[in-house]
Amino acid sequence: MSTKRVLLTGNHAAAWGARLARPKVVPVYPITPQTPVLELLTEFQAAGEFDAEILTPESEHSVMAACIPASLTGVRVFTATASQGLMLMHEVLHYAVGARAPIVMVNVNRTIGSPWAFWPDQTDSVAQRDTGWIQYYVENAQEALDTVIQAYRVAEGVSIPAMINLDAFYVSHALEPVAIPEQELVDAYLPPYRPAHFLEPGRNESWGNVVTQEMYYRHRRDIGAAMDRVPALAVEADRDWELATGRGWGAIERYRCEGAEIVIVTMGSMCGTARDAVDALREAGVAAGLVKVRLFRPLPSAALRKALAGARDVLVLDRNFSPGVGGVLHQELRAALYGMKSAPQVHGYLAGVGGVNVPPDRIVHFAREARASDAEPEPVWVK
Amino acid sequence: MGQMIDMLCSGHAACPGCMEALSLRHVIAELGPDTVAVIPPSCLAIMAGPQPFSGLRIPVYQPTLESSAAAASGIRRALDVRGRKDTHVVALAGDGGTYDIGFQSLSSAAERNENILYVCFDNEGYMNTGAQKSSSTPHFARTSSTPAGKHSRKKNLTEIMAAHEIPYAATATPGYLDDLLQKVRKAKSMRGLRLITLLVPCLDGWGVPDHFGVGLSRLAVESGVFPLYEVEDGARYKLTGPGKTRPVADYLNVQRRYRDVDEAEVEQLQREVDAGWQRLLEKAKPC
Repeated sequence: MSTKRVLLTGNHAAAWGARLARPKVVPVYPITPQTPVLELLTEFQAAGEFDAEILTPESEHSVMAACIPASLTGVRVFTATASQGLMLMHEVLHYAVGARAPIVMVNVNRTIGSPWAFWPDQTDSVAQRDTGWIQYYVENAQEALDTVIQAYRVAEGVSIPAMINLDAFYVSHALEPVAIPEQELVDAYLPPYRPAHFLEPGRNESWGNVVTQEMYYRHRRDIGAAMDRVPALAVEADRDWELATGRGWGAIERYRCEGAEIVIVTMGSMCGTARDAVDALREAGVAAGLVKVRLFRPLPSAALRKALAGARDVLVLDRNFSPGVGGVLHQELRAALYGMKSAPQVHGYLAGVGGVNVPPDRIVHFAREARASDAEPEPVWVK
Repeated sequence: MGQMIDMLCSGHAACPGCMEALSLRHVIAELGPDTVAVIPPSCLAIMAGPQPFSGLRIPVYQPTLESSAAAASGIRRALDVRGRKDTHVVALAGDGGTYDIGFQSLSSAAERNENILYVCFDNEGYMNTGAQKSSSTPHFARTSSTPAGKHSRKKNLTEIMAAHEIPYAATATPGYLDDLLQKVRKAKSMRGLRLITLLVPCLDGWGVPDHFGVGLSRLAVESGVFPLYEVEDGARYKLTGPGKTRPVADYLNVQRRYRDVDEAEVEQLQREVDAGWQRLLEKAKPC
């Protein structure tokens, strides 16, 4: 099998992932730093290499508003956005989940205004955690490509939309060698989308009608049950992908966690930096490890509890900030580990908020500091 | 006229004498069974529901209030991909969902010339929430959010949409049913974005008796308040209804929403209608 290896940015890798997944309708709106995704897809289409209806509405809100019923009409749908665009979609993100539309969307994590800024920060997508979208956070361009394709398998398996998040610039614009799989390989992995229900005259199926309390309750419970199936499905989709390509990423990834006393937990591009920090700590005789949270929604709580059992300290690095609480992953981790027998203490560091640089030696310093102190209940601002 | 195939089921929850229900029945019968409808929150959505029933014999997608045109675009593109290019996609929205919150997405769909029919059921206010003002509410009309009368004029949707140079923009009202059906037929035979502004007097919101909907619809046309016309490609105007044969006062006097207008306001409304009519005649003049 001939796999093409080329230099791609995270954005272009994501666009390649979308192309290989063969979506049929792509509503999309430009926004920094996502725009190269849109541009490459339109170039593919203009060159006759991408057979999809691309529509360019006046806003991200209309983009998602078009995505939902296009998906309900029985076709595979893709889009991409970032930051303010994701904020504008908020209402219809909920609507997409209610409609059980397995849309796949790439979001490039960027600071939210005001004031205006264009730096990597994950507040935009973690703020959507209650919408019910499946959320992945990826670390590099290859993972972005692979995850777009995997996400369709998972989303269509449970009829829940999925969002793949990549950090602005660190992932979206960094050039890396990427293996582009053959179309035949992807086609075998991801068969055409054939839903059981769709809008079409003669079928007399509709969506959105007013329901009773009981029906609404049942509908929300069904969404919860579908979400509960996601962690296992994500692991399976990843394993099949690994069998086909040799690349697996896990729902979470454990890096040098054997016998670790302190485990760093983070998401996205920070994982690459944390890996270097773990190497440096191990080199210096500190039993440190990293757990990368790739699947954030639903949170793979059981896997996290297992992965972190036995550690004395967990250091969460949040590149996001929820005023009044602190780091969202910190909050989630504390909830996930609560009630565990001899649970690790969880340190919450707000590291990299607003895109400030967090080099490996700083993470080494944070880890040493955390090891030497009791975890504060409040988040700690660090640079 | 052939046998009408009723696509609207009996037993829906519209008010007795509702002009919107009457219009809906005829519009979707004319479009036929090979149609997918998009219905945002509105009185129409009440007629389409509630789950597990459906008031319409065609698939209905109910989007958020502001996204009918975007949702219709999504369905259109997906149907095209599925090889159903001849299936009609119709958005059936109220004036709040069109003139106000849905206008941005409608303008964009018009700019893209999406192949959809958009019918705005214009009852000049948020009637489903108890008759509040919309940007379609006319000058001086009382609503529950303009208790002293509205201080600004009604937005002219048809002209704004014609200025997008869409293939077809028209006005219609159920008091002139043949004209309405003729326009739906014409729109159905065309492609691209087609818009019909359908004036539907709201009996409760406008303050008229249950039996008077059709009569009021006719008065709106005869007084020149709501001229019947159509525009092709934003350029070719054609008057399709009777001329202006009555004073505006005939139209105002029968509606409770105008009960507090004084003589000066009636005169001002008459001047506004006369000027609008004159502008329309200029545009419809054969050149």
